[in-house]
Amino acid sequence: MALLELEGVTKQFGGLTAVSNVSFAVAEGQIVGLIGPNGAGKTTLFNMINGFLKPTAGQIRFRGERIDGLKPHKVCRMGLARTFQVVKPLQRMTVLDNVLASSFLRFPARADAERNAWEVLEFTGLTPVANTVSKGLPLGLRKRLEIARALATRPALILLDEACAGLNPTELDESIRIIRKIRETGTTVLIIEHHMKVIMSISDHIVVLNYGEKIAEGSPEEVARNPAVIQAYLGGEAAHA
Amino acid sequence: MVQLEVFLQTLVSGLLLGGLYALIGLGMTLIMGVMKIINLAHGELMMVAMYIAFWLFHLLGMDPYVTLLVTVPALFVLGVFIQKTLISPVLKVDSILPENQVILTVGIGMVLQNLATLFFTSDYRSTPVDYASDAWYLSDWWRSSPIELSFSVPWVVSFGFAVAITAALWWFLQRTDAGKAIRATAQDKDAAILMGVNVERMTVVTFGLGAALVGAAGSLFIPMYYLYPALGGRFTLIAFVITILGGLGSTQGAIIGGLILGVFESMTATYVGMGWAPVGRFLVFVACLIFLPGGVAGLMRRR
Amino acid sequence: MASAAQTLGRYRTAAAVVVGLAVIPLVPGLNSSYVLHMLILMLMWSVIGMAWNLLGGYCGQVSFGHAAFFGLGAYTGGILYYHLGWSAWWGLPVGMVVVALGALGVGYICLRLRGPYFALGTLAMGEVLRVTAENLEWLTEGTRGIMLETRTWVAKEPFYYVILAIAVASFVVLEVMVRSKWGYYFVAIREDQDAAESLGIDTTLYKNIALVVSAVLTGVAGAFYTCYMGYIDPEIVFALHDVSIVAIMVVMVGGVATRWGPLVGAVIMILLSEVVRTLPYIGRAHQTLFGILLIVIIIFLPNGVVGDFRKMMRFFLGRSKPAGAGGV
Ligand SMILES: Nc1ncnc2c1ncn2[C@@H]1O[C@H](COP(=O)(O)OP(=O)(O)O)[C@@H](O)[C@H]1O
Ligand SMILES: [Mg+2]
Repeated sequence: MALLELEGVTKQFGGLTAVSNVSFAVAEGQIVGLIGPNGAGKTTLFNMINGFLKPTAGQIRFRGERIDGLKPHKVCRMGLARTFQVVKPLQRMTVLDNVLASSFLRFPARADAERNAWEVLEFTGLTPVANTVSKGLPLGLRKRLEIARALATRPALILLDEACAGLNPTELDESIRIIRKIRETGTTVLIIEHHMKVIMSISDHIVVLNYGEKIAEGSPEEVARNPAVIQAYLGGEAAHA
Repeated sequence: MVQLEVFLQTLVSGLLLGGLYALIGLGMTLIMGVMKIINLAHGELMMVAMYIAFWLFHLLGMDPYVTLLVTVPALFVLGVFIQKTLISPVLKVDSILPENQVILTVGIGMVLQNLATLFFTSDYRSTPVDYASDAWYLSDWWRSSPIELSFSVPWVVSFGFAVAITAALWWFLQRTDAGKAIRATAQDKDAAILMGVNVERMTVVTFGLGAALVGAAGSLFIPMYYLYPALGGRFTLIAFVITILGGLGSTQGAIIGGLILGVFESMTATYVGMGWAPVGRFLVFVACLIFLPGGVAGLMRRR
Repeated sequence: MASAAQTLGRYRTAAAVVVGLAVIPLVPGLNSSYVLHMLILMLMWSVIGMAWNLLGGYCGQVSFGHAAFFGLGAYTGGILYYHLGWSAWWGLPVGMVVVALGALGVGYICLRLRGPYFALGTLAMGEVLRVTAENLEWLTEGTRGIMLETRTWVAKEPFYYVILAIAVASFVVLEVMVRSKWGYYFVAIREDQDAAESLGIDTTLYKNIALVVSAVLTGVAGAFYTCYMGYIDPEIVFALHDVSIVAIMVVMVGGVATRWGPLVGAVIMILLSEVVRTLPYIGRAHQTLFGILLIVIIIFLPNGVVGDFRKMMRFFLGRSKPAGAGGV
């Protein structure tokens, strides 16, 4: 049984169908890439998986249980965490307190929560800025904080929404290393990413959305060769690759 | 028959009241739509306009409807002043609670109300126009009418002015460049900036316009209502109930919301008791929050 | 994170303040009934301020309707006294239950709203209760109000110690809550509700907790008010400006989301209103100055006297000192 299964998931906003009849599965231990042009419906799909939006139709199952329509905090409690494309740090709290706030979910006792928070900070390389108020962080570190906070809830599956967008090359390498490390520690990853080189190199499996519909799915090589994908999204860039 | 008569009379009074309410709601909703702030000094602005009209009537013998020529520009200037010197700086202040701006408008309202108390005492003041209790009757036009309805002259005239001002506003928003810029700002600030709209200027104009509208309402209310400094607070509440009822930032919604509230209050006063009218007002508000989150405007969109 | 020394220092200050307050009635010269009256009002308002601060300052849900809870507490005591002949002091325990239920009702309606709309929703609730209390004459005696025939004590000292105990208890309750996991959850909700929800925080539950605790403390202050003043009417205890807005002012003036802000704010506000009241002409319109103060604070000291203390000192002393950033 796959860790996460989507079956015929559809979301309409008034007349606009943002996500249309999308089905795919994420197997445990994989890194799955979700790609597609801007406005393809990727973030909307994340919002449905994590519970901010209720699908107009279709089912979402996590470890075999229906989670569509559950509130986000319940979904998180079940072991499914996410990050936001537009980062949402708890602005007036320090980096440590940000991570601590989400550590309490699994570690109600203060001391345990603190230990967990420091561990996650170390894991994501944020220890040096632990006591910085998060509002003052540069974008690269705020993106990293998003990941750290999600990890602090000790998820089985983490959804990363453009966690690498806007990073400089050094930060990008660091983030790729962290994402690989996340998978090594047993957390499955579903990642939205525009950076083709990144997504092709780290994904085990890729799902492609265009105008809300799934147009292709498969290994990076298969997707890169798929004519529909090349036409809709990758264009000349991938054809030459 | 008597019951029908009472019902229709109540309905008529409610609609006349609602027309004026719509004017108040329009100003509030414009400010809300463009600036995304809630102006809890709205009723107090109207109170200021009413004092202006009151004194013009008593000192210069000006008819309340003529005072519109003074109150509207005066309130526009006051609105611009408040926006420039107080609200705009606060929108730039970094604070823990973004609701700061609402609290700020509360402070402004308090100052206005209490300054009025200082200068004019808290006495109730009336503006005795000679047509205050004149009325037109249904039987004047329709001799054999089975029922009798009265139409108070000042209410009907004020209603007429309110409709005319609303129509003028409509024209302004739809047809003029400034109006279009205001609507663009309300819809999407960033897009408006890209389109070359001077957003800063538009917010100032909008606040002035909102104040001018409620100022007009002040002149229109003065022939019928007693005036006292605390009256503003009551109308601030009315304004935001209308805005919520109509759908935040929606102009059509504010008009319909004003009419609904007017009729509802008038019905509550007739059938439940005078003292309960404010409760009715808030029940509408609460029901709206629970059952109709987008207000009337949301309902219209859904169709 | 606080070091052990800081923790000790924190409670040493608190202990010193409590001891100081407890001995005041024993100090000759300070134990006049006028001074005690002022102190009682300051303590009562600091309780309301602390309560508002929990919901507004920490949890970020700005209420414009705390008069609803103050009035419910006050009227619980008043009604028990008037209709059942019980001591109005029963208003404290019974009022806690009544107010908690009322707060759940208010929460059901208002907590789905965000930001300024929550503020307006609570404002409406306060007004609904005021008008209801004015009209439900069989229960509340309407605008005539309820008067206690006799007050429990003639002297101020007992009242003073009662409200001091309430204030200390409130302080401790809030301190424990804010330093615990709940405090982190409240601030997380304030800073970003969506982020908090997605990190596994049941935002609806925790907002309700903050609201109920805040309301109950405010209700206790209201019940105390009935016993102390001996007279209540809807215009007084359900007042929008004189209760709901003053509650906000106490916290804004003292410092939002600061430990001592509510107490400092209450002291300033009571002193100020006393001074204003004695001014010959202005007194009638004491809120003019309140309004101006509110505007000035919002523009120049957005974090209040406590939160912006350094900034204020810099302004007055013309010295510059680096300001620290306040976290939780
Ligand atoms: N809450 C919403 N209401 C209406 N339309 C929305 C909403 N959220 C997203 N959309 C629309 O759905 C489409 C997909 O958006 P999104 O999921 O953000 O795309 P992506 O993340 O792939 O760039 C876009 O056309 C967007 O405008
Ligand atoms: Mg997106």
